Amino acid sequence: MIDWCDKCEEMMQPFLDGALSDHEVAEAEGHLEKCSWCARRYRFEERLRHYVRVAVSEPMPADLKAKLAALRTPL
Amino acid sequence: MSDSAPTAGDTRRLAKEARDRVRFEEEALQLSEQVYRVARRMVSSREEAEDLVQQTYERAFRSWRQYTPGTNLRAWLLRILTNLNIDRGRRQQRSPQTTPLDNEAGDYFLYNKLESQVTGENPDEERVLERLSQDSIVDALAEVPHDFRDAIVLVDIGEFSYADTAQILDIPIGTVMSRLHRGRRILKKNLADGVPT
Repeated sequence: MIDWCDKCEEMMQPFLDGALSDHEVAEAEGHLEKCSWCARRYRFEERLRHYVRVAVSEPMPADLKAKLAALRTPL
Repeated sequence: MSDSAPTAGDTRRLAKEARDRVRFEEEALQLSEQVYRVARRMVSSREEAEDLVQQTYERAFRSWRQYTPGTNLRAWLLRILTNLNIDRGRRQQRSPQTTPLDNEAGDYFLYNKLESQVTGENPDEERVLERLSQDSIVDALAEVPHDFRDAIVLVDIGEFSYADTAQILDIPIGTVMSRLHRGRRILKKNLADGVPT
């Protein structure tokens, strides 16, 4: 017998990446509608990805921008 | 009569080439912020990232004729950067990174651990997420072995497609997907390990 929560866990990353087939998406969505336990974990993963992107983004130092502009070929 | 006197055709061609080069350099510089953000997480220090980005632009400006206009310039720049980073790694003879087969858990592992520390039944995702600090995320990502980390940085931070990432890293798309999926699991395991119990 299929453990749908295990299967849903396996499908989570490709689901959020948009890499599943239509049939697999329908399977995952069907389970998520019925299972709030998995649905919470999917929502968490989505928020986590955004949180990671923001947390590790470091703006470029201003002096580097100037150094790169200085590399341009003189006109 | 001199053979080297430029014809009107030569002058037009040179003027066009100068315009194309200026346009290329302007477009490349507009992407520098995004290139730096990716570079910063591919290497361990700000200084290394700055050196790498500078070398990337030096090389890009030298080889600008090899870029095909209309194709993805950001991916082209990142391909140069990745190659330079690989060359640098070889020069520095870094110790090889081992594949951490034992350092993985399922995709729900982090949530399960964090949720157990939050009071109340079925807490919302934001409250669970608040258990993670910005520093802990930076550290956890830095500890992901570089092959896996590069895939995460390009797809999740740089927002490149699987196909662009495959081109940049010069690996098949299937390998991008498997490195990404395993890398994210390693990242989440690292985050879970860093949470005080």
